[in-house]
Amino acid sequence: MEFVDGRFELREIQKLEGHSDRVWSLAWNPATGVDGVPSVFASCSGDKTVRIWERSHSTGSWDCKAVLDETHTRTVRSCAWSPSGKLLATVSFDATTAIWENVGGDFECVSTLEGHENEVKSVSWNASGSLLATCGRDKTVWIWEVQPGHEYECVAVLQGHTQDVKMVQWHPTMDVLFSCSYDNNIKIWADEGDDDDWVCVQTLDEPNNGHSSTVWALSFNSSGDKMVTCSDDLTLKIWGTDLTRMQSSDGYAPWRHLSTIAGYHDRTIFSVHWSREGIIASGAADDAIRFFVESEDKDGLFTSKVDGPTYKLLLKEEKAHDMDVNSVQWSPGEKRLLASASDDGTIKIWELAPVPC
Amino acid sequence: MVLGLINANPVIYEKKERRVRGAPSDADEYAVEPIDEQEIFDILLNDTQKICIFKYPEHPYSLEELKVITEDAIEVNDHRSYVRVTFTPTVEHCSMATIIGLCLRVKLIRSLPSRYKVDIRVAPGSHATEAAVNKQLNDKERVAAALENPSLLDMVDECLAPTYG
Repeated sequence: MEFVDGRFELREIQKLEGHSDRVWSLAWNPATGVDGVPSVFASCSGDKTVRIWERSHSTGSWDCKAVLDETHTRTVRSCAWSPSGKLLATVSFDATTAIWENVGGDFECVSTLEGHENEVKSVSWNASGSLLATCGRDKTVWIWEVQPGHEYECVAVLQGHTQDVKMVQWHPTMDVLFSCSYDNNIKIWADEGDDDDWVCVQTLDEPNNGHSSTVWALSFNSSGDKMVTCSDDLTLKIWGTDLTRMQSSDGYAPWRHLSTIAGYHDRTIFSVHWSREGIIASGAADDAIRFFVESEDKDGLFTSKVDGPTYKLLLKEEKAHDMDVNSVQWSPGEKRLLASASDDGTIKIWELAPVPC
Repeated sequence: MVLGLINANPVIYEKKERRVRGAPSDADEYAVEPIDEQEIFDILLNDTQKICIFKYPEHPYSLEELKVITEDAIEVNDHRSYVRVTFTPTVEHCSMATIIGLCLRVKLIRSLPSRYKVDIRVAPGSHATEAAVNKQLNDKERVAAALENPSLLDMVDECLAPTYG
């Protein structure tokens, strides 16, 4: 792979200020940043607001285009754009999920989803935009079906985790849902029948080479046959499946542990995101951002006994922020553009660039 | 909130003599003074005096007198911006352990520069659900959510409020 021998540096492109409390999460609009559409992302914060940032054609810098407030009454924990980029879902400690529509540059709250008992922590749209998943402190995962007229019908309440569920994420191509939790486990949910019979088809737990503490986040590689998870146990874990089997069996094929990236992080890893070209970025409570790539070097003394892929540290950016890094997200458009969100209240845009010779 | 007497007969310890902090050096009045264990201890106890008479009306003693916190149980590395406070609940089943830990964390968040990383834990072997208490106290999402809960926040503020007389 081209990264192995090259040297990279992380250049700070811009530091965005505006939130008055910690920034928990951010999400790039997947329909922007390509074909001349200026790239847009949303950020959400302990200040109870969501901010929409858009890159200026003329200056190339990101500006705050909208502040979505007066809807959530507590921390907005995370946000996600629908695949078309037309809708933004936000979830809050106030127990609600809000759906926002971009109407000529103005964001209108077109729906509010209620049902969770308390804090909602994560939200994810499936690949087609027909389903939405949410999860929260009440230990449940909810699946909502998108219906005409901004109606959302809850089609399943999934119970299985024994503690609060930190994140939900749909598989990038299949309608299979992944959740990770304070109970240290990752659960995989699939629809077993025709009538919304969602069940847990696999649990990746500690006896299966899983994590030994809270699993905070997960991300898929571009083809969807690998997944990376990050944890309070200071490791990243890589999981893999047989994609052909997954597609032929209508969703489910077992996932197995391939590799553990340990020894690099000093404090809780809150966020992990896999770029389309295969670079794993992590954001952690030690204020650093790290980048890992698969290494083809399997001749090493310590790696030869492992049949899974090995990963090496490409770059570590110390003090990327003044406080914890809560979220790292690769831009869908330009290559190697990353946004990070922090407890220090700022968002930073970075470019991972080769060091000039 | 109604609480029974969790520990009817706590052992009360004498308050320790304070070391007198050295006067700031005249040589460089702008020099940054590193934060040390005693300063953290003072933040947690002296400055607030009564961090733990809260909800123990039967026991109007400070955390120091109950030896819930001792200076020895505070680790500080100013260079690395790191503090770890290890506290010892008076009984193994102390249901107040998480609220004491939450108060300690909030007090430190409010007092220390934001660059500081704070770990709070109960002393090894001092609590029946030690791992669960430690996990909860160090999950910042749970801490953030707890502090948005008005009644919990009131309780924490009440604990941390200076008392007079």
